[in-house]
Amino acid sequence: MTAISDNAAPTDTGIDNPSSHRDGPFSHIAYVLRENPVTLLAFLLFLFIVGCALFGPYLVPYDPLKTSAAHALQPPSADHWFGTDSVGRDVFSRVVVATRLDLSISIAAVGLSFVIGSILGGIAGYWGGWIDSVLNRLLDTIMAFPLFVLAMGIVAAMGNTIENIIYATAIINIPFYARLVRAEVNIRRDAGFVRAAKLAGNTDLRVLIMHIFPNTLPPMMVQISLNMGWAILNAAGLSFIGLGVRPPTPEWGIMVAEGANFIVSGEWWLAVFPGLWLMIAVFTFNLLGDGLRDIFDPRKRT
Amino acid sequence: MLTINNLAVSFQTRRGEITAVKNLSLTLDKGEVLGIVGESGSGKSVTSYAILRVLDKGGKISAGDIHYSGIDLCEISEREIRDIRGREISMIFQNPRAALNPIRQVGKQLEDVLRRHAQASAQDAKEKAIEALKSVKIRDAESRYHAYPFELSGGMCQRVVIAMALACNPQLLIADEPTTGLDITTQKTVMDLIRDLIRARNMSSILITHDLGLASQYCDRIMVMKDGEIVEEGIPSKLFTKPSHPYTRKLVNATPRPDDSVRCLLADEIKSPEPQYAVTEEVLLDVKNLSKTFKGKNGDVHAVKDISFQILKGQSLGLVGESGSGKSTTAEMLVRLIDPSSGEIQFEGENLSTIPSKVFATHLRRRDIQMVFQDATDSLNPRHTAQDTISEPLRRLAKMRGKTLIIRVKELARLVGLPEHLLHRFPHQLSGGQKARVGIARAIALNPKLLILDEPTAALDVSIQAIVLNLLADLREKLGMSYLFVSHDLHVVKLLCDKVIVMRNGGIVEAGDCEDIMSAPRHEYTKELLAAAPAPPKRKDVTELA
Repeated sequence: MTAISDNAAPTDTGIDNPSSHRDGPFSHIAYVLRENPVTLLAFLLFLFIVGCALFGPYLVPYDPLKTSAAHALQPPSADHWFGTDSVGRDVFSRVVVATRLDLSISIAAVGLSFVIGSILGGIAGYWGGWIDSVLNRLLDTIMAFPLFVLAMGIVAAMGNTIENIIYATAIINIPFYARLVRAEVNIRRDAGFVRAAKLAGNTDLRVLIMHIFPNTLPPMMVQISLNMGWAILNAAGLSFIGLGVRPPTPEWGIMVAEGANFIVSGEWWLAVFPGLWLMIAVFTFNLLGDGLRDIFDPRKRT
Repeated sequence: MLTINNLAVSFQTRRGEITAVKNLSLTLDKGEVLGIVGESGSGKSVTSYAILRVLDKGGKISAGDIHYSGIDLCEISEREIRDIRGREISMIFQNPRAALNPIRQVGKQLEDVLRRHAQASAQDAKEKAIEALKSVKIRDAESRYHAYPFELSGGMCQRVVIAMALACNPQLLIADEPTTGLDITTQKTVMDLIRDLIRARNMSSILITHDLGLASQYCDRIMVMKDGEIVEEGIPSKLFTKPSHPYTRKLVNATPRPDDSVRCLLADEIKSPEPQYAVTEEVLLDVKNLSKTFKGKNGDVHAVKDISFQILKGQSLGLVGESGSGKSTTAEMLVRLIDPSSGEIQFEGENLSTIPSKVFATHLRRRDIQMVFQDATDSLNPRHTAQDTISEPLRRLAKMRGKTLIIRVKELARLVGLPEHLLHRFPHQLSGGQKARVGIARAIALNPKLLILDEPTAALDVSIQAIVLNLLADLREKLGMSYLFVSHDLHVVKLLCDKVIVMRNGGIVEAGDCEDIMSAPRHEYTKELLAAAPAPPKRKDVTELA
């Protein structure tokens, strides 16, 4: 076997020499963040938002539900950073506390549509045939509706609860996941590594779940991240028009809706601060996509 | 005509600046054909891109100069070089399909080139485009003018690309691997066409290729590149008889010749004795009247038509054919990835063709028939490390776990010559040869009785091909496996196989002993295949000359 031992050095590209070092997952994340300042910013904002959701309720200076007629409609000041609303509640505290609710709704909704969309798309993309056709027409039908109106309809019909907001948001997002997974699975269906997996004794289902699906994750990460932004907007939007979360629960959509009435009379802070907070949250998730994709793609790990 | 002095090209990458070409000097006379030969990563393509200043993003010419007919190509403006591209110097790219715009008729694309360089006006562009198509011997050029690239075969597309490159009568033609991915008979027609055209027009040409045999046949002078530098230069016959640089020697050695055995490809220092195979009389695989018909849009496609053959235990059978001959479909049926339309696959007396391929994945016989895939990169899951990949069949089919599994994986890695520390790498961190080894290790993990090799070296450099072929020969000797070696290259097949089957259009045209068929082919098609293969001088002759 000596004939074989002079193993060829990696000459493929002449550019990267993989033998130099091997990254663990953390140093890879660090690398992605270092390489792209926008991703770094997105991650910092993300940590901040998650921090607000986890610890916000314990850290805020005032009880978000406590009214005080004496302090109604005060402009932003050192005591009340974002001012106070018409019944004297502290807007800052309410905005921060609302993070947990809005984030939970969107994470639950996105998680649900990710799981259901992946299953449907995976089946359609791998087996094709009539299942694929039926599923595609079904998704087309969902997509044919104006999505927000569809969500409104679902919440209105099923009842005004937080769970129903989650279901509605999930349903309108399923087609995006299903289509993406379907396409990604489809192009890999006949790849060499898939055939090799079958030769190794994997059944079709195992091939799909263990071999093909993980390879669809990097593009899915972009979708998830963008979708988080939409889901937050959607949840806030439903609350804005009076569906879903009910006052006095702090929620960004309701706060903007309530604050809107006061803008004309000059009390701008009621709507602007929750709106800004909402914008930052959506912005963060939109920025986060590319970074997440890079982290989930082993090929970026050189 | 073309002079390059001390050219250096560097690329800006994640790991800092990397020099792809360094200290490269060459001259090219009028009417001369220069071959630049090297393996992947040698910088041969980068050199050609530098001449036309079409380097990829991040690349720049960091030193040296390129003079073409008195013009310094490094100094002139982007606008001026655009005029030179196509009219004075033109290029044929590696993948003809990628070089053509997929949604535009090929004739129109030719017109674009002609009009860009003011070689034609709106009135006579069509006429001239058809003329250009005729010049590359495209039959029925008037109707092909309206064809889209996807409607043409690979060889046809390459002709169109050549027509485009030559449309404005350039003085210098750079051909970057012009026949990679083409069938061997098509390769010959395309190369002959290029040679005839440049001779007729008295052009100069640079042929960039990894195939020393091809270069020796078509070039006046050959330069061998390695790691961005020219290591040797000379006329083809001299390179083959008296290679002076060790790298050239290795390359010359690794190029399969008509009279080679598998060990000839290795350098003398690492040459081991010729393998002794134990071929028995026992029939391992008996294929009877196997057919496969696919349902196509325009009726049924008969991919494989009623073929029958046998493989004995320990024997190695070559399956040779060009694309569309049905050889890959045959391989997929035998490895039970697809179901045959009719016919029998008898494996050790058991009829496997009645078991649906879906069920076969977990069948007891699954471990007996394994396969090494054509493209090692494509056949490895990008999210699995080498170790995961090799363990997969052991986990699934042998239910191995824990320590025994790891011991077996390491044993396999040793067997295929994969250093242990590479086991934790992902495919993209491995070189082509290392990926091939991982694929082979996976295939032999369960000691299969029949190993199907689907062009296992097609995507590899010749020096790595030499090592992989020898590895396969060693493994066959050691483990007593039978091989079905699928390839388009008779010369490579001969190195590993005792018997060979030549397939064309789904049927067997000729079958017999390798030696017999190579020395005295009976069928016209086999003769054509043998004639089309680039023929570097025989090793025996070279030794006599030297």
